[in-house]
Amino acid sequence: MATETMTTETPKRSLVSTDYRTVSYVTGPLVFVNQVSGVAYNEMVALRMPDGSKRSGQVLEVSGDIAVIQVFEGTQGIDVDETEIRFLEEVAKIDVSPDLLGRILNGVGKPIDGGSPIIPEARLDITGAPINPYSREKPADFIETGISAIDGLNTLVRGQKLPIFSGSGLPANELAAQIIRQARVKSGEEFAIVFGAMGITHREAAFFMNQFESTGALERVVFFMNLADDPTVERLLTPKCALTVAEYLAFEKDLQVLVVLSDMTNYCEALREVSTAREEVPGRRGYPGYMYTDLSTIYERAGRIKGRKGSVTQLPILSMPDDDITHPIPDLTGYITEGQIVLSRHLHRRGVFPPIDPLPCLSRLMNLGIGEGKTRDDHRAVANQLYAAYAQGRDLRKLVAIVGEEAMSDTDRRYLRFADDFEDRIVGQGDEGRSIEETLTIGWELMAGLPIGELKRVRDFIDKYHPNAGEQGDL
Amino acid sequence: MIVGTISKITGPVVVAQNMLGAKMYDVVRVGEMGLMGEVIRLEGDRATIQVYEDTSGLTPGDTVESTDGPLMVELGPGLLTSIYDGVQRPLPIIAEQTGDYIERGTVASALERDKKWAFTPTVTVGQDVNPGDILGTVPEGQTIEHRVMVPPTTKPGKIVSIVAAGDYTVDDTIATLDDGTELRMAQRWPVRQGRPYKRKLDPTHPFTTGMRILDTFFPIALGGNAIIPGGFGTGKTVTQQSLAKWADVDIIVYVGCGERGNEMTEVLTEFPELEDPRSGAPLMDRTVLVANTSNMPVAAREASIYVGATLAEYYRDQGYSVAMMADSTSRWGEALREVSGRLEEMPGEEGYPAYLATRLAAFYERSGRVQALGGDGRVGSVTMVGAVSPAGGDMSEPMTQNSLRVTGAFWALDTSLAHRRHFPAISWTKSYTLYGAQIRGWYEENVAPDWQAMRDRAMGVLQKETELQEIVQLVGPDALPESEKVILEVARMLREDFLQQFAFDEVDAYCPPKKAYLMLKVIMSFHEAATAALNRGVSLRQILEMPLKDRISTMKTTPHEEAIEALPVFADELAGDIAGIEVY
Repeated sequence: MATETMTTETPKRSLVSTDYRTVSYVTGPLVFVNQVSGVAYNEMVALRMPDGSKRSGQVLEVSGDIAVIQVFEGTQGIDVDETEIRFLEEVAKIDVSPDLLGRILNGVGKPIDGGSPIIPEARLDITGAPINPYSREKPADFIETGISAIDGLNTLVRGQKLPIFSGSGLPANELAAQIIRQARVKSGEEFAIVFGAMGITHREAAFFMNQFESTGALERVVFFMNLADDPTVERLLTPKCALTVAEYLAFEKDLQVLVVLSDMTNYCEALREVSTAREEVPGRRGYPGYMYTDLSTIYERAGRIKGRKGSVTQLPILSMPDDDITHPIPDLTGYITEGQIVLSRHLHRRGVFPPIDPLPCLSRLMNLGIGEGKTRDDHRAVANQLYAAYAQGRDLRKLVAIVGEEAMSDTDRRYLRFADDFEDRIVGQGDEGRSIEETLTIGWELMAGLPIGELKRVRDFIDKYHPNAGEQGDL
Repeated sequence: MIVGTISKITGPVVVAQNMLGAKMYDVVRVGEMGLMGEVIRLEGDRATIQVYEDTSGLTPGDTVESTDGPLMVELGPGLLTSIYDGVQRPLPIIAEQTGDYIERGTVASALERDKKWAFTPTVTVGQDVNPGDILGTVPEGQTIEHRVMVPPTTKPGKIVSIVAAGDYTVDDTIATLDDGTELRMAQRWPVRQGRPYKRKLDPTHPFTTGMRILDTFFPIALGGNAIIPGGFGTGKTVTQQSLAKWADVDIIVYVGCGERGNEMTEVLTEFPELEDPRSGAPLMDRTVLVANTSNMPVAAREASIYVGATLAEYYRDQGYSVAMMADSTSRWGEALREVSGRLEEMPGEEGYPAYLATRLAAFYERSGRVQALGGDGRVGSVTMVGAVSPAGGDMSEPMTQNSLRVTGAFWALDTSLAHRRHFPAISWTKSYTLYGAQIRGWYEENVAPDWQAMRDRAMGVLQKETELQEIVQLVGPDALPESEKVILEVARMLREDFLQQFAFDEVDAYCPPKKAYLMLKVIMSFHEAATAALNRGVSLRQILEMPLKDRISTMKTTPHEEAIEALPVFADELAGDIAGIEVY
């Protein structure tokens, strides 16, 4: 124990904070410190390197007088002799203020855009406490993203968490940018965007910056940026910081907040890295057994609260390694989030944009946000019918590859054509934004290509919406 | 009281010294905030504790106090309509105390202490009472009569005083025994221990769910148990919620174990508005909710299903049929795994602890139809339905496989059915039930004498379809003879017009077994008549062009009574029409 200095804070333990020079063991991102006393679990730590530079870390485990610290900026340059460790007697916190909108921050919330320092209105614990399920408000408001495959078939509602399951090389970022650009709630209110970038490349970051700048959206964006070459462990804090800001803007400042987290796969890799360094018992594919719990503390921070105007809607993006939806990352995510949007390499190769494969997609809260007064009375029925018909068409494609089109019945051929048209017109809308009415209208046009007897799920609406309603004969 | 000090903190697991005298599974209070925890390992004077709340900020040297007792739940009037967290703290009270977020160290009483309940005694002074005997009744909600029982641990005795009918709180002494024991309406029971009963009975009554595929093809008995495994998005939660809404039982205990907050909110806002189909009272009046969402502390998640099971057993002992839904048991298994990992135990399969199978068996064995303690021979039951969320949808994983060995029915959810929006996405090829033989008698007596035969024939058609589909995949449907094409057509009707059920439709959400049987009868008589017609030389096209056939698809949305009256006639008309088709 080298130096003792007075601090201005008033900790519960003593008025004196201690700098330790008792590092005993360094491995991966972890530092073990001996002979400590009064160290709290999850406490933040400041490290002073032999060259005088500073780093930060967090206590992962305390056992007797040994503390295990994970260092956010990496352990390169740390030695066991001169490195000084100071325990900060508080858990990880972030300064928040409405002025954060329009700012670019690093992975732990420090401005890096060269602008003025942020004058905090509050300093909040980034771990956040779980929202009492009793205090939650049921999500019920339709969000129009302008994308038919989402609005029409897998509707997003305010307070939902709906991840995009992507694969390497698939345009998840383009889709996310399009959603950010077009997303509106019914009242026309725009979203404030909190963007948490974890381990994405400079190219991807630049893409988003350009998107925000060119559409003038930047002033309603809070951009947390942890790039691929930034410290890995730092990105363990990025989503928590982003969500703390989002909750503050939503529940204190009454804003509708859309949180985009990209890429959750990098977050999970960081989690695995730390877990391995701690020599913990690994779960599936080396990911720690508590990954479900850890992910849930991120994803569950979406929703609405009774009596408050704002909402937090989450749109996390993750890459499925080798397009494998059963990989632990998409798998655990799917069990926590309220559905998923899955991108398809097959559609992408065919040049369909956005390449959303509707069959494995799901929005669990869809029924809460659609129907009369919210979208349109026939929405549920149309979505069901489109789904059923498209699934049928996809099945028939396998068959036609074997037996040839000549052997198919007329109805089957119509289903095949329907599936093609569906991919081209409903899914492959390109860059345009569509209102929900336009989406449903296109849906009806496609359904008109099928025999009317096949349209069992929309039977009640045929008179009202079918393009050929009222005509007799060859429907 | 035993007071120790913390020596190690790692995630939700804390090690404390100087804990000599603490017992396994004793509840302790950790640190200044008094976080709730439970002793899960003892080693000399060192106790390992799993803490039910976030451990951030704890420091070695902080105190740990033993409460000298295991984790208990409080039982008594007022449980119904309650919403608890994983360790039986009422969430509305927590919201009043700490606002919209759940803060740590909150203490809240499970039952309302000041509320007065209208108690009517059913015993008199001088009467001998044994554990389980009913002392009196309290109306709980509009529909349930709460039976206040002598606690199972009380020694038999003679009543020396009993209060007159009137309003009392759960803490007021309502009766005194000759050995001086004072009895109150509230009693406590350790959650990890099943409540005692006289004997287990054979499960012979069906647990009717209102879901056609379950009631017809894979029924379970009251007091039985089933698991619903399925990958994400296959409809586990919707199925569980449908069961909670429609199952023909007296009491529902719904445990949301490590699931989504928004979904829990849906249950919380929906159940009070839903009407109990049997009494017309709000569904919530006969429901207890235990909600421990995925971001709430992991150790409390582990405890939550035991809390649920104990609440269910308490109403079973009063003579009610209780259904307990656990959504999802996989989250409970993962909580076990997480704590086991922190204890650095040797991992078993996929990192789960080796005792997973034992714990699962002990849990599911708490279901059953029993004769309760007490002199009046009350019969109650606990039926358990556990959702399982297999990792990657792969049913070979340990949670699914270990659950299968100890449960009586397997309702497998199928991803490909869910993708084509066939709901409920319960697979008819993979699911099974072991209760068929035991409850067949009930169905044949109360639904129709040929219920079993009808069911088997329909199942035969569905199985045949699966085989035929493989051929169709290879050679196309045109290569099949007409007699097999008609099977495909009938199977399609079974799938679309019988098995598919829309949980959000007013009429179709619930289907009484009688109506389900009649719907099946219509489709099967179509099959019979069509096969006969084909043998006469009628072409399949002629049969499919019959206008009456289209009415088959409207059966499910026809109101129940109307349908039960009309369907037998319809079956005959349909058969008659097909028989009348002329050959040309």
